Amino acid sequence: MSETTKQAPSPADVAQRARPKPPADPSSTDVTVAPVVPAIEVTGAQALVLALEAVGADTVFGIPGGAILPAYDPMLDSSKVRHILVRHEQGAGHAAEGYAAATGRVGVCMATSGPGATNLVTAIADAHMDSVPMVAITGQVSSASIGSDAFQEADIRGITMPITKHNYLVTDPAKIAQAVAEAFHVASTGRPGPVLVDISKDALQAMTTFSWPPQIDLPGYRPVTRPHSKQIREASRFIAAAKRPVLYVGGGVVRAHASDRLRELVELTQIPVVTTLMARGTVPDSNPLNLGMPGMHGTVAAVTSLQKSDLIIALGARFDDRVTGQLSTFAPEAKVIHADIDPAEISKNRIADVPIVGDVGEVIGDLIEQIRADQASAGPEQSDAWDYAAWRERVAGWKQTYPLGWTDTEDGTLSPQYVIQRIGQLTGPEGTYVAGVGQHQMWAAQFVQYERPNAWLNSGGLGTMGYAVPAAMGAKVAEPERTVWAIDGDGCFQMTNQELATCVINNIPIKVAIINNSSLGMVRQWQTLFYNERYSNTDLQPMQQRVPDFVKLADAYGCLGLRAETTEEVDAVIKQALETNDRPVVIDFVVHRDAMVWPMVPAGVSNDKIMAARHEAPVWEREE
Amino acid sequence: MSKHTLSVLVENKPGVLTRVAALFSRRGFNIDSLAVGPTEIPEISRMTVVVEVQGSVLEQVTKQLNKLIEVLKVVELDPASSVQREILLVKVRADPATRSQVIDTIQLFKAKVVDVTTDAVVIEATGTTDKLKALLEVLEPFGIKELVQSGMVAVGRGGRSITDRSLRSA
Repeated sequence: MSETTKQAPSPADVAQRARPKPPADPSSTDVTVAPVVPAIEVTGAQALVLALEAVGADTVFGIPGGAILPAYDPMLDSSKVRHILVRHEQGAGHAAEGYAAATGRVGVCMATSGPGATNLVTAIADAHMDSVPMVAITGQVSSASIGSDAFQEADIRGITMPITKHNYLVTDPAKIAQAVAEAFHVASTGRPGPVLVDISKDALQAMTTFSWPPQIDLPGYRPVTRPHSKQIREASRFIAAAKRPVLYVGGGVVRAHASDRLRELVELTQIPVVTTLMARGTVPDSNPLNLGMPGMHGTVAAVTSLQKSDLIIALGARFDDRVTGQLSTFAPEAKVIHADIDPAEISKNRIADVPIVGDVGEVIGDLIEQIRADQASAGPEQSDAWDYAAWRERVAGWKQTYPLGWTDTEDGTLSPQYVIQRIGQLTGPEGTYVAGVGQHQMWAAQFVQYERPNAWLNSGGLGTMGYAVPAAMGAKVAEPERTVWAIDGDGCFQMTNQELATCVINNIPIKVAIINNSSLGMVRQWQTLFYNERYSNTDLQPMQQRVPDFVKLADAYGCLGLRAETTEEVDAVIKQALETNDRPVVIDFVVHRDAMVWPMVPAGVSNDKIMAARHEAPVWEREE
Repeated sequence: MSKHTLSVLVENKPGVLTRVAALFSRRGFNIDSLAVGPTEIPEISRMTVVVEVQGSVLEQVTKQLNKLIEVLKVVELDPASSVQREILLVKVRADPATRSQVIDTIQLFKAKVVDVTTDAVVIEATGTTDKLKALLEVLEPFGIKELVQSGMVAVGRGGRSITDRSLRSA
């Protein structure tokens, strides 16, 4: 009989963990200590607000409506919870994601029943794919009406079952505080993710008793955070024996606040690193061992080093198809050490030789200790262990021969890559960069130099166009002292730009760079490469006019609207944007539409077929 | 591909069957049979799921089930060391001329008649999938009018219990 058991956490454990994760910066003092509240008589709605206060939620993004209305009344009186009224519930969801991704704290969004709740669905699915800690609270029709197709009724718990880590339908006011406490606990521990709490209107209106902390009852939830020492020893042995190892770092390192320990591991072992789309910044781009991003639009050095490696050390990464390309030909000679807090990720796509279940920060910490111990006790027969000098030299050669770059146009129209690079250079590593999805996202991943984790926010797994503006808004609310750029496409921007109103009204001065190529650029690129340049429905400006005029649109919202159409104009508008902090800024960068994202591995083929640029496959040394 | 029998202990809460069933469908795992019922602990229900998958996929099934918050425990039951049973109710055409033949036949399977009318009998049988299949084959010539069959339920042999230990305090 094979069996896997999950044991119940003690109430003390849970009470301890029911609070949001502390922020990355240990010197920060805004860790909320949950107070003990003796029993008081309140409405369900008051219990909800009190519970949100007790778990330390300081910001809620949302829109009221019929079923959630009772909750908005006590919200008005809360001095601890700031509610930000957005313009579309999808914006509330992405804002909560941005808040969470920038800080590691749980993001909160709120909506009413029916369409309010279904408008959250895209953001919830996005948070699920990218392991973002988020709690969504929705109103539901009164319990007596559930199932009767009542006005604004939708089974949001049923709808979100496949896209949440867990969800609740609460119809008993006495269970509201418990559901909120459990939701925050589940969202922020283990592999983070979204949790939805759907509360019926009558439960919000009825009287109940509120006390804190509530009884937590999650007997089936106990994430394993401590890695098994036997697996750590095994991993260390593999690392000692490897000749061509690569650290394959994923977004789990960001979520686990494990960037510092990762840097220590890189320093200790001198093993080359690839940082996935979700992990940009975990190891500084300025570190020569960082080869950049692997995958479909990864650097030649990152893609090739994985292909040729003999050991992949995967840390909080999930062998996504956009990283591996054709799975059967991915890194054919590599053994795999795979560390992840989610056991289901291990050996899901690629079989792991050394599986390690645990918090990636603890895994890295234990690995560092083990490697140090093994090195200290190494015998003379291990004289060539931990020696990757020849491999580093080869990898550095690829990096030098195939750097990221682009070719400027001959007619002087603006190169999107240049714009994005200048935004990064003029803003610096302390800025936060939030992208939508498409070509501009890939360029922002490639041409902004990232030096810290949580500096780069994007929709990686779900690929949600429209993520940038609301997520940037959330990130700016969470860290108002930082410069926050939404680097967006003109297609993406038009999906969620209504949140500029929210930014203006609530004094959230984000900066939006629209990389405006008048097209759905990534789709157009595929049409260029794979559909004989037949541009079906990707031209956003067929009338050759500005529809809309983004500068006028910015102006209409009360933002500062700027435009740049030539290389010479770029720096001036970026500087003006950086100097403007009393309102949001929108810059319309009119760029040429034929720019393409390179390098590229076409979908479904081997990563060996990487193209450094169009018609330009890398040339390898003969022995390769 | 081979058949595997999983016993899944879950919290007895609304929606948990949906969570488990939906997990199988969205991840592309095929369910052969599913049975749900109470256990000796009121807060815990037990599902018996039969899946037909390869070993590596079975590991994914188990891990994904364990990720569901309301799933407490997943155990694979080996057919050799467990008792596996299904129940079958079948309505067979049986007039006075053929009724005794039908009854003789089903007695070989230790099945019994639970309802009789002038032109039909309802037969109740329990057993393994193979035994019930064999029973149906011999009943076929009489004429099967209606058939209903449960999912498989299974329990490990011997004195140990999968609901032991920490689950008691759940």
